[in-house]
Formats: sequence, structure tokens, C-alpha cells
Amino acid sequence: MAWYIGRRLLQMIPVFIGATLLIYAMVFLVPGDPILALAGDKGMSDALHDQLVAQYHLDDPFLVQYLHYLQGILTLDFGTTYSGRDVGDVMRDVFPVTFQLAVMALIFEGVFGIGFGLIAGLRKGKIFDSTMLVASLVVIAIPTFVLGFVLQYVVGVKWGLLPPTVGSDVSVKTLLMPAIVLGSVSFAYVLRLTRTSVAENLSADYVRTATAKGLARGRVVRVHVLRNSLIPVITFLGADLGALMAGAIVTEGIFNINGVGGTLYHAILTSQGPTVVSITTILVIVYIFANLAVDLLYAVLDPRIRYA
Amino acid sequence: MKIRRFAGFAASVAVGALALTACSSGDSSDDTTTASGPSTGIVTANSSEPQNPLIPTNTNETGGGKILNMIFAGLVYYDAKGETHNEVADSITSDDQQNWTIKIKSGWKFTNGEPVTAKSFVDAWNYGAKLSNAQLSSYFFEPIEGFSYDKDSELTGLKVVDDTTFTVKLTSPQADFPLRLGYSAYYPLPAAAFTDMKAFGENPIGNGPYKVADGGWEHNVQIKLVPNADYSGDRKPQNGGVTLKFYTSQDAAYADLQSDQLDVLDAVPDSAYSTFESDLGDRAVNKPAAIFQSFTIGQWQDHFKSDEEGMLRRKAISEAIDRDSITKTIFQGTRTPASDFTSPVIAGWSDKIPGNDVLKYNPEDAKKLWAQADAISKWSGKFTIAYNADGGHQGWVDAVSNNLKANLGIDAEGQSYAVFADLRKDIGQAQLDKKSGLTGAFRSGWQADYPSLFNFLGPLYATAAGQGKGSNDGNYSNKTVDDLFAKGSAEKTVDAANADFQKAQEQLFKDLPAIPLWYSNVTGGYSKLVGDVEFGWDSVPLYYEITKK
Amino acid sequence: MREPTTRPDQHHFFADLDETPLLGVDAVDEHAAPASMWQDAWRNLRRRVLFWISAVLIVLVLAVAIVPSLFTSIDPNANDACDLSHSLEGPSAGHLMGYTFQGCDVYARVVYGARPSITVGVLTTIIVVLIGVAVGALAGFYGGWFDSLLSRVTDIFFAIPFVLAAIVVMSSLKAHRGVITVIIVLGVFGWPQVARITRGAVLGLKNSDFVTASTALGTTRMTTLRRHILPNAAAPIIVYATVALGTFIVAEATLSFLGIGLPPSVISWGADISQAQRNIRTDPMVLFWPAAALAITVLSFIMMGDVVRDALDPKARKR
Repeated sequence: MAWYIGRRLLQMIPVFIGATLLIYAMVFLVPGDPILALAGDKGMSDALHDQLVAQYHLDDPFLVQYLHYLQGILTLDFGTTYSGRDVGDVMRDVFPVTFQLAVMALIFEGVFGIGFGLIAGLRKGKIFDSTMLVASLVVIAIPTFVLGFVLQYVVGVKWGLLPPTVGSDVSVKTLLMPAIVLGSVSFAYVLRLTRTSVAENLSADYVRTATAKGLARGRVVRVHVLRNSLIPVITFLGADLGALMAGAIVTEGIFNINGVGGTLYHAILTSQGPTVVSITTILVIVYIFANLAVDLLYAVLDPRIRYA
Repeated sequence: MKIRRFAGFAASVAVGALALTACSSGDSSDDTTTASGPSTGIVTANSSEPQNPLIPTNTNETGGGKILNMIFAGLVYYDAKGETHNEVADSITSDDQQNWTIKIKSGWKFTNGEPVTAKSFVDAWNYGAKLSNAQLSSYFFEPIEGFSYDKDSELTGLKVVDDTTFTVKLTSPQADFPLRLGYSAYYPLPAAAFTDMKAFGENPIGNGPYKVADGGWEHNVQIKLVPNADYSGDRKPQNGGVTLKFYTSQDAAYADLQSDQLDVLDAVPDSAYSTFESDLGDRAVNKPAAIFQSFTIGQWQDHFKSDEEGMLRRKAISEAIDRDSITKTIFQGTRTPASDFTSPVIAGWSDKIPGNDVLKYNPEDAKKLWAQADAISKWSGKFTIAYNADGGHQGWVDAVSNNLKANLGIDAEGQSYAVFADLRKDIGQAQLDKKSGLTGAFRSGWQADYPSLFNFLGPLYATAAGQGKGSNDGNYSNKTVDDLFAKGSAEKTVDAANADFQKAQEQLFKDLPAIPLWYSNVTGGYSKLVGDVEFGWDSVPLYYEITKK
Repeated sequence: MREPTTRPDQHHFFADLDETPLLGVDAVDEHAAPASMWQDAWRNLRRRVLFWISAVLIVLVLAVAIVPSLFTSIDPNANDACDLSHSLEGPSAGHLMGYTFQGCDVYARVVYGARPSITVGVLTTIIVVLIGVAVGALAGFYGGWFDSLLSRVTDIFFAIPFVLAAIVVMSSLKAHRGVITVIIVLGVFGWPQVARITRGAVLGLKNSDFVTASTALGTTRMTTLRRHILPNAAAPIIVYATVALGTFIVAEATLSFLGIGLPPSVISWGADISQAQRNIRTDPMVLFWPAAALAITVLSFIMMGDVVRDALDPKARKR
């Protein structure tokens, strides 16, 4: 087991190099002239343009820029943004907030998705199952930005139950509504995955055996049905953590959260390679650890799966 | 990965113009505080994270501009109407509009205790103009003798006479020079700035009505400004401080305003255009601003060159657009149909310029003109208008395209760009006749840096500003216009100058280098907790006037 | 180099009575031809009401997508299709769902929006499932260094911010922007989650008795994977795919909003939904109709996925 984990951690090195190289290359390919854009609609002289291009090393070939960046990383220098800020500082600002938001969203979709999915699966074809089907259709068909906007207006402004935005006040209370909005689409996935797995496993032989040998229904459901149904669900949840962190652009905008998604998006639009790559590197590490945790959980949930 | 409303932050990259604060109704009598005394509440207002370090000559967007205007005092300031009043300056005089003598008041101090002297201005301007300092607003110093775009050179036109006097020699007479001096690029800097400009950009030291509170700048979240006790100008703070909260979405800011989490909002989101006046009642603000919007058809475009066919087509397109309906429906009255190329809040504006009837909706005539042009050379293909997707432009571009489709019977469509830098690059390439992804016209517009008619015209339509050298993105070039611009600049009075500029506009209406659309209004509002909210000529509230208990 | 491995005791495992062929012998109908898995499934499907409901819905939706002009006489692409003076007007004779913000007929746009939206949803789902199942199944089934390699490649694809990929691809294909490019972007960067889910399911199944049995009977590994493991792993994949189909249609709206989606001349539900958002407080119905069309489409595919999965599932069939 220890050997397996160690090997997985070692594999992070090629993934790190592969991902950063690829992403740096893609940022390089983002079209347009970010320096010219600094002047807004007003244009700038060629000499000033060249001066700024040189200042941000944008005239170097791609590989030189990349190596320059890697060299900085070794000394924990992540580069600077156009506004002159240290990228390390930017990341220290945004990651804690986003991590909190993503974990809350994950808890929301996990608890409610699995819970409702379990009930729906146990009562397949009944009213509750159909209600949940409609609920998931609603969150699938209504984009996050509409859902967030409506919730913000109704819950935040009209009823005043929760603060409409986050801003400088980052707390469980302010993040509650954004987390629900952020987790809503994944909630639909978790719900459907759980519901189908549960329904499928209910008819499995070992469940019938367990029931036949007189086990209490609650125990059958908990130990046999749910446990065996969770593999696709935790696979999804594990991979979703990273996606929630990177993909919160919309939610962050609606609720005014200074987080990873918005920072990343802004950096992409302005071709700020160091910022994009630094942030995604952290995200890669999150992915790798989350997926490792999921792989280890497989062995817990299904004794047939073992790692040596 | 989605959506709609991070419009804000990308847009702030895109915002070309820096808005300026304006200032109080210039009663110069009260150096002492009024009888009631200022209120002490902290006012919260919306803004966006500055895109650049807080250095006056390196800030060209509103997020940074709003802060600079509160923490610095320049030679002059602008009041709500855009009129200039001396602030640090005692007098600004010239006999020939070319050699200017500027005297400043003594006794002004930066917040680190340094006195504000003539040298504070001259050094700051030289710093801003120097190429190797790569300051985004360096072009503001172009008219001063000694300026060079291509190499480091000193502004030889600036001479310090004594602590309170310096002279400025321009390369040509410029009547509106004093009007510009309230713009942030012309602010003074303390000597401390030059030892470490990077640190200064993080913790600026100013001489304005406010200063940044200790550790008050939480990046991307908010900045806290507190009154500067040493400030001795007219813009005396009437509140206990201003906290600018940074938003990337106007919808979020509007939600905060409605739930009293925010006191003052200066940009209403389009989702609230139809409701904000009923939501806020008399606390809603909706009035014309110094923002002109248009779309530009490049002079290089086939069928739209400056010949008979091109003129006919440009005129046809202009007359095919129903500006009244679009401003009423798409913008819900938050835009005013254009009647010239400038803005109604600027002194000298007129809606009676001969030739401006091409801005009237006239679909029959448009169709006829288009047919005449087709007789010269047949048009085929699709008319496109390019825009940056993050600026909230799609609504009107679609509406204008629908107008063109219905009235001219041609195919028309928006061309959206995800990356603003990509649009700018494609425009630049097209200007130089290089291969470009731009397939047609592109949105354009101008927000004034300082309240002057010429600021809407010279930078956009002078030949010298074309071919990528300035903001004449369509490469428009016309000798009559150039001559009138030069003549106007050399006039002794602003009024005489404006008369020349209006003449130039007559020619612009014939050539339509850009199709004028509408003037943008400033839309905003404020909460019940604050009073005395007034919006300046530049669409920014006069924060120092606001009172809060 | 052994990665996931079997427990030594598994080779000595005895199956339940239930699982042995003996029990079924009595019920064998000697005259029936030996049925393949798919024939079995079809026989089962035919008897399900839900199957017929979803089939009718899918046929209807596809018909609208293929020949929209059968369903409305208004051509929303006509030069004079939109008139600002009708902006946000409610339903009236001939305009059952009222007008959009731009003054276009909502019903006609919903009808004509079906083709691009459904093409994007269905084709993207197919691409994502093909790549994801191939990568995930091979990684999970073969294990060892092969799993490590494929899984780490999946990690890298996971790590690429979708917006970045979309901007790079769509901007470089600026001139050819259309349904196909949208499908490519969504498909090429959307498969990793399917790969992870497939791999997880395969990992659990590859040590099952029926696999051991199949291997013991001398079936090749590839055939075992295809014939025995994948059908049993289908449930989570089908569920994921049917939900994803809907989210891809919505994702197209996001791309349009970012300025890298379909050009405005291509009518799609996603784009109409995102444009209706700004007036949702005053005119929610403009948003409701395209969203409802999208929901019905997703519903029909989810129901179909459900019954097909049931039909394929040997355990469920036993009853």
C-alpha cells in the first residue's frame, strides 16, 4: 500500500511537467496582443509597445519563456501579474476562499445527491423518484448563471435570508448560497448515478442472499447496497473537486467572490502565462490527490479491488 | 466555465478611458468647515480592482482612476459639470497658447510630509513621459517640447522657475491645454516615489482629499480610503471615509445596493435597466455622460472606401438604424440617440450641426441609397460588426444587424471576440493592410479623459492618429478635417476653437468614418443611508460630497 | 508491477446456487434460438411502456431537428424575422409563445434551435463516451503501468482549464466557427470524467466470478472486456452520458456567451436561454420555452437510457 502511494506520488512529476508545458503552450496560443489591450481602445505607440513586450519577456520564444518560468518556480517565484503583484500572493488570496467554496459545494452535492439518490433508487418508479428526476432536469436545463441570479434575487434581496454577495466577508453563511449554486449541476449527476446504482444493486444476488438470510433492511441497504453503489459516485465526486475549484467563474462573478475561477479566467483572457500555469499547477495537484484518495477508497468499498 | 457577468472585469481591461473625478460646486469661500460639520459614516461604493500599480501616469482605466482622483490633487479639478477650477494651481496663463506659466499655491503637503512644489510636477511629468519607464499614459505629454515616442528624452519644455512656479513650452499652440491638467497623468509625485516606484504603486503617497488607510488595500476585494487631514483644497470630505468595493459583476453590485450592503452604485446592470428606476425611486440616477458610442467601418474595406459608392453605403447604413427604438427597447432609455460625434455634457456640444440628418431613421431612403451604390458596384456577402463578448454589446449589435437585414435586405451579423486583445490585434492588422480575422466593421467609442470637445475628435479622426499610431482605428484621413483641427487648436479661446471643431464635424457627417449610435448615460443609484450624492461629468460620483450618518 | 490484483482465495470461490446453470435448466425452451445479449435486450425493451414513451419523444425531437419547417411557418432566419417593436410581447395569435427581447418569435426559434442544440448534445456525448470508455476500460482492465500511463494522461486533460482550451481552439478556428468546432471543443476536453467512471466500474468488475469464468473458458481478454465487463459497467456510463447530453447543450450557451460559441446566425436553445437571462425578472417565459425544450430532450434521453440499462442488466432481467 505504502509502495503504491509512493509510486503514485512519484508519477506527479511527469504529470506536473506535462501539464505545465501543455498549458503554457496553450496560453502562448491565446490569440491577440495583450500588451496592446492594456491601452484599452486608445492604442499605444510602437516604441512603448516594444518596451512593455520586453518587460514581460513576451518577445522570447515559447520554450525560453517556459524555462524562465520553471526556473522561477524552483525558487518559489511564481512571476508577477500585469498589475505588478506577485502571483504567489494572488494565489494565497484566492485558493483558501475557493477551496472552502468547493468543499462546501462537494458536501452539498454529496450529502443531498447520495441521500436523495438512495431513496429514489430504493423507490424506483415511485413518486419520489419522479420528483427527483424533475428536480435534476431543472438544474440541467437551467444554466448556473440563471439559477444563481434568481436565487440571489429571491433569497438574498427579496427575502433577505442570506447575504446576496460575499465580498470581503468570507464565511460559511455567505458561501452557503454560492456553494449550492455551484454544486447544483453536479448534484444532478450524483443523484442519477446513485439512484441507478442502488436500483441495480438491489436486484443483485448478494442483496437477495442477505435479505434471505434475515438481515434487517436497513443493514442490507447500508452495508450491501449503498456500499457497492458508491464506486461511480465517489469517482465522480473525487474528480469534481478540482472541476468545482477551476469552474466557479460564473458563480464567483454572481456572488462577488475573489476566487480561483475568476482570477484564472481573467489571466487567460490577458495571456498571463505565469498566473494561469501557477494556478492550474495547484489544481493538478488537487486532482491527483483527490483521484488517489478515490482509488484508495475503491479498495475500502470493494474488497475485490486491492493495491499492492 | 460559464457566463454572463464577469463582464465587469474583462470589461475593465477594455475600458479605454479613465474617468476623472469631478468636483464640488466651486464656492471658493469656505476653507473652514461648514457649521454642521462633515458626517462621519463610512460610505461604500462599487469599483473594480486597478489593472495597474497606482501610479498616476500608468493608470488608464476607471478602477485605478477613481482611487487616484481621491488620493491626489492636481493643478485643477473638474466640478460636476466638467468645468475646471484651480486646485493646487494658483494661476495658469499664456499669451500665445503655446508658452504657459503655471504658479502653484504654497503650503500643500504630501501625506509623508513632503511639500508639493513645482519640482513635484516637473519630475512626475518627466517620469511619465520617459519611454523606458513604459507608462501607459505617456502620450499625454506628447504636446510638450522634448517629448519622444521612440527614445528616452527629457521634456525640455518644462522649466522650474522657483518652488511655486514652472513653465511649459508646447510644440504648437493648444487652447485647451489647461482643461487637460485635471487628468490623473498630470498629478504631482513626492520625491519618495522615485526611489522605489514599485513600492509606491502598492502604497501611493498623495496630496488629495483622501489617503489609503493603513493596510487598506485588499487586492480584488476592496480599498479603504480615509480623509487626509492635511488636505487644504476645495474637495473637503463630508464623510468619515470611502470604501471602494471591487465587483466583477454589476449584477452583484446591484444586489448589494438593494439590500443596503452598498451605498453608491455608478453602473446599473442591463438586467435591471427596465426596473431600476422603479426599484430605487428618486435614488436612481440616469443622465447623459461623456461617453460616445459608434461602430467604425475601416477605410480599407471594399465597397466602403472614400469614393461615391462608399459614401452612399455608409449613409445608407446610418439611416437604416432605428436609434430611437434601440435606445428605448434594448437600453431602456439608458442611452440617448446621438446627434453628433461628441457628447452633450461637453461645453460646445450642438445637435444642430448641418448634415446630421444622416442619423435620422429613414429606411426608405436607406434602401434607395444602397440600391444606388449597388448600381455602381454590386455588393454581396455579409455585413459584420465585431465586438468584445465581455462588454455587454451583443444586445445592440444584434438589434442593429436586424435593422440592416430588414431595411437593406442584406445579410448582417455580429462577430464576437472572446479576447479583447484579439480584437485589438485584428483591428491593428487590418489597419496596416495585413491578414486579419476582422471581417467587417467593429464597435468603437470614446470616453473623454478631460471635458473637451476636441478630445472626442482629434484622437479619433486626425490623419496623424491613423495607421496604428493613435486611436483613429478606421484610418480616416481628410485634409479639411485635419486643417480645421489644427486651426481650432491654435485659437485663442475655447469657444473659437469649438466653432472650428463643429465645422470639422460637418465633414465627418459627409464621410461617416464611424457610424454614430448613441451617448451612454450614467446609470446609478444610492441607498437610503446616504445623502448628497451627485455624479460628475465623467460618470463617477463625487465621493467627497456624500454624507452618511 | 502488479497493480490492482485478485485475492488469492478468489480462485477457489464457489458460486451461489443461484448463479449456477443447473437451476435454469428446467426452464430452458428448447425451440428458442440462442439469444445474443442484444436480442435479449430488445425482447425486454419491447415490453416496456417507458421505452415507447421515450422512443416517441426522441423521434419527435429528432423530427423537429431534421425538418423544422414542418412545425412552423415562420422562418426565424428571414431578414425581417425580428422586429424590435414586438420586443418581449406576450403570446398572440400565430405567436403562441410570444416574442424575444429582440422581437423575434419564440416558438419559431425554439423549433429551429433544435437542430444545432441536439447535434451538439448528441454528437458530443458520443465522442466523449467513445474516448472515455476506451481509455477508462483499457486502464482499468489491464492495470499496471498501462493504467498509470492512461490515468495520468487523463489527469493532464482534467487539469487543462476548459475555458483556456475553448478560447485557444475556437479562436484559431475563428473563420470556421460552427456546430462542428463546438462539438470538437466540448468532446476533446470532456472525456476524462467518463474515463474515470468507466475505469472505476471496470476495476470492480474485472475480478468478478463471471470474468474468472469467461477467462477460464478460454475467451480472449479483449472479448471478455467487450462481452462481459462493459455491459455490466454500462449503468454509470449511460447515466453520466444522458445527463451530460443536457449539460453539453447548456455548455454551448456558455461558449456563445464567451464569444467563442456558435455565430449569432445559428439559432440554438443555449444561446436563447442565456440571452433571455437579462429579462428574467420581468419576462421569465422567454427563458422558460427554450429551457423546457431542452429539459424535454434530456428527459427523453434519460428515460431511454434508463430502460436500455435495465434491459442490458442481466441481474434485473432475471426477475
